[in-house]
Amino acid sequence: MRTLTVNGTDYQTDAPPDTPLLWVLRDELGLTGTKYGCGIAACGACTVHVDGEAVRSCQVPLADLWGEVTTIEGLAPDSRLAPLQEAWLRHQVAQCGFCQSGQIMQAADLLASNPAPSDEDIDAAMGGNLCRCGTYSAIRAAIHDAARAIGEGGAG
Amino acid sequence: MSRLGKITRRTLLVGAVAVAGGAAFGIYQIRRPVTNPLRPEAGTTLNPYVIIDRQGISIIAPRAEMGQGIHTTLAALVAEELDADFDAIRVLHGPPAAAYYNAALAHGALPVADYAMRDWQRRLTEGIGAATKLLGLQVTGGSTSTVDAFDRMRHAGAGAREALKAVAAERLGVDVGQLRTEKGRVIAPDGTEIDYRGLAEEAATRPVPQAELRPQSEWKLLGRSLPRVDIRAKATGEAQFSTDIVLEGMKFATVRICPHLGGGMDGFDPAPALAVPGVEQVLDLGNGVAVVARNTYAAMRGAEAVDVSWSASPLPATTEAMYDRIAEAFDARPNSRMRNDGRPDDQSAQLEVEYRVPFLAHSTMEPMGATALLADGHLTLWVGNQAPREHKKVAAEAAGLDEDKVTLHTVFLGGGFGRRVETDITRQAARIAAKLPGTPIRLTWSREEDMRHDFYRPAAIARMRGAVAEGRATLFDAKIAAPSVTRAAIGRLAGREMGGPDKGHVEGAFDQPYAIPHYRVAGHLADLDVPIGFWRAVGNSFNGFFHESFIDELAHAAGRDPLAFRLDHVAPESPVAAGVLETVRDLSRWDETLPEDRARGVAMTWSFGTPTAVVIELAREGRAIRIDRAFMACDPGLVLDHAIVRAQMESGLIYGLSAAVMGEITFTEGRADQGNFPEYDALRMHSAPKIEVAILQDNPHMGGVGEPGTPPSMPALANALFSLTGERIRSLPLHHHAEFVV
Repeated sequence: MRTLTVNGTDYQTDAPPDTPLLWVLRDELGLTGTKYGCGIAACGACTVHVDGEAVRSCQVPLADLWGEVTTIEGLAPDSRLAPLQEAWLRHQVAQCGFCQSGQIMQAADLLASNPAPSDEDIDAAMGGNLCRCGTYSAIRAAIHDAARAIGEGGAG
Repeated sequence: MSRLGKITRRTLLVGAVAVAGGAAFGIYQIRRPVTNPLRPEAGTTLNPYVIIDRQGISIIAPRAEMGQGIHTTLAALVAEELDADFDAIRVLHGPPAAAYYNAALAHGALPVADYAMRDWQRRLTEGIGAATKLLGLQVTGGSTSTVDAFDRMRHAGAGAREALKAVAAERLGVDVGQLRTEKGRVIAPDGTEIDYRGLAEEAATRPVPQAELRPQSEWKLLGRSLPRVDIRAKATGEAQFSTDIVLEGMKFATVRICPHLGGGMDGFDPAPALAVPGVEQVLDLGNGVAVVARNTYAAMRGAEAVDVSWSASPLPATTEAMYDRIAEAFDARPNSRMRNDGRPDDQSAQLEVEYRVPFLAHSTMEPMGATALLADGHLTLWVGNQAPREHKKVAAEAAGLDEDKVTLHTVFLGGGFGRRVETDITRQAARIAAKLPGTPIRLTWSREEDMRHDFYRPAAIARMRGAVAEGRATLFDAKIAAPSVTRAAIGRLAGREMGGPDKGHVEGAFDQPYAIPHYRVAGHLADLDVPIGFWRAVGNSFNGFFHESFIDELAHAAGRDPLAFRLDHVAPESPVAAGVLETVRDLSRWDETLPEDRARGVAMTWSFGTPTAVVIELAREGRAIRIDRAFMACDPGLVLDHAIVRAQMESGLIYGLSAAVMGEITFTEGRADQGNFPEYDALRMHSAPKIEVAILQDNPHMGGVGEPGTPPSMPALANALFSLTGERIRSLPLHHHAEFVV
């Protein structure tokens, strides 16, 4: 039995220790906002934060988990929206939506370390997140917009 | 009487009945109303598109939301007439039901180019539309959803509104003409307001009144860019896809089916799988196995561990041998000559070239998946799909149940692009659930399973002859060979052989608005049983590349500017198509000279009723080439939501460019060589171009928008590459010939 902390809540699981965090979240804990796209860290759909840093949860075995996990469900407290999610709504980013949890979690990591990213910074940070609907221009605009909103002390 | 006269008379008769029915309920079958499939547990249904209950108003979308924004536009059609509060409505996927037939699918059935369709031919497609209603084809595809729903769902909203007003008029003792409606309420002249929720139950017991549709000038929702109804759930992780349903006692499954397509399984040993921690069962599916486990990871590891011996594929052993098989189709008589102008055989060709394009996977972001539970003799499934009635039928067959013992919920699709018309995932989920009654099953395919068991866009070969004189094209003679998607996919869908000339096979080539005196397009159907299916834009996805690359070659052979050359040939045939070319010329500043390390290419394809022109601008970046900018102009006629149209154009473009740069499925002994994104990737944030889109509304007929951005993107890129490097590339993907920034 192992304890892990996800979105501020402690969970107990007896999943085999080699089970990747992705499947612990989705199948063992029922947190389905994090998505499976490739299983080999090639698409970014499973991106979550461990101790605030974006990781591909398909590549983190339960036994190696080193910190507290934040998923898309926990990006903003209660039923509020994080500034990035607000920007995502303003720019109507999602199409099919399947990659968007991963995109948002990756973008949140970018803004945490770089509050005013350039286009090149965004390219470098987001290149690992595939979107088959091609929402890239809207993602880029939403990241810039969220950065401005956070900079102005907006939605918190 | 002439044949034309007979067809027209009969058509008008059928059409009139259908329209009268549509005006009343929006749900009439010919002569007889179809059963309203909605049986809400609480609340009242006024027709198959509206439920009003205590929470408020729900709009039932007959089409699947796969990212194209259709739920928002369909809801707006109803809400516009219903005067519902758009911010408060809910939108639900409609159940499998004949009432949700897609009449607009019939538009593609006539052997006529859309741009040249006469009014009587359009009426004829309305008659065929009535026939598809009888067949009950509830399919999301062919870029038809908005066109199909445009009148019907507004009528549904208007009829419901008038029924609600009629009840209010009686209750208030005022004439119905004195009442108005706003934000889900009926309002009397004295200011008295009655919420629809208080009127719905009584309104549903009455015949729905006839109501005129409002003129466009009075629209409040349509024509605006509305907030998408699915957007919040997709930014919070709450949106539910096929494998996001959480049920008590759920088990997790995956499958491993013979990767040598068409082959089977001689035998298997489940022991190594059962030794994997968490694996509980290995099930025999005939041509493969299903592994059931405590979580999906254990199931996937178990599936890899099963010791299986596969039987061989009947397909040609190499991709090259497959191309040879496709080329053999040129030796046989053509299946179609849907354009055959002038005397091409009497013309000598100055250019004789061959093009080829590869098999492609859909590679939806969400691999195939489904959730299923057989309990108390009833099978319930949750699956994102593009054809609910077919999926339900297949599920019933697979589980050995009558269809009335099957409930199928359509959930959000993590990308469709044509892949989720196919019922394979639903068949598997139903079989697994039937073997484990009482246990909910979440079935998730690995990415590798998804890529190796697609219904692929077929490979295709085109042989072109052409000639120019005095700056004009005089000969355009195309032969196109490929296995037939129409026969394969419609055959699976409709359960019968499709005979006759195959329009889908030559769409995007025979139906383009060019005035060329000797102009022929022949379709040759290849005998090759690789599983193939609808891939975004279908035949247009390869014919657009063939047609517009060769037009470019003719332009250069004539010593002309490729855009001006196109305009000269297009303007006499279609002012609408000329409009998108002129617009993309101006948008891209085509006539301004670029520096030497940059170059542009142009292409235009008329598909799904919407002419779309694309200019791609390339830039050298060291040794590599960047797809730096893209300019698009489309004319789908009346636009209901500009932001959604723009998003679909960008999406179609990036989907096409991804395929053109790097998309390729090859086979060895019938097994796809590509299994995951490193071998079958797509454009990403840093490699996608900056895109500008111009949306025109001069087209007198509404066209689709989900697919038309894809076909011209590929030739525009290849034409730009020619302009930059001087090398004409006649096969895709282009990364075999040039290094791109990816």
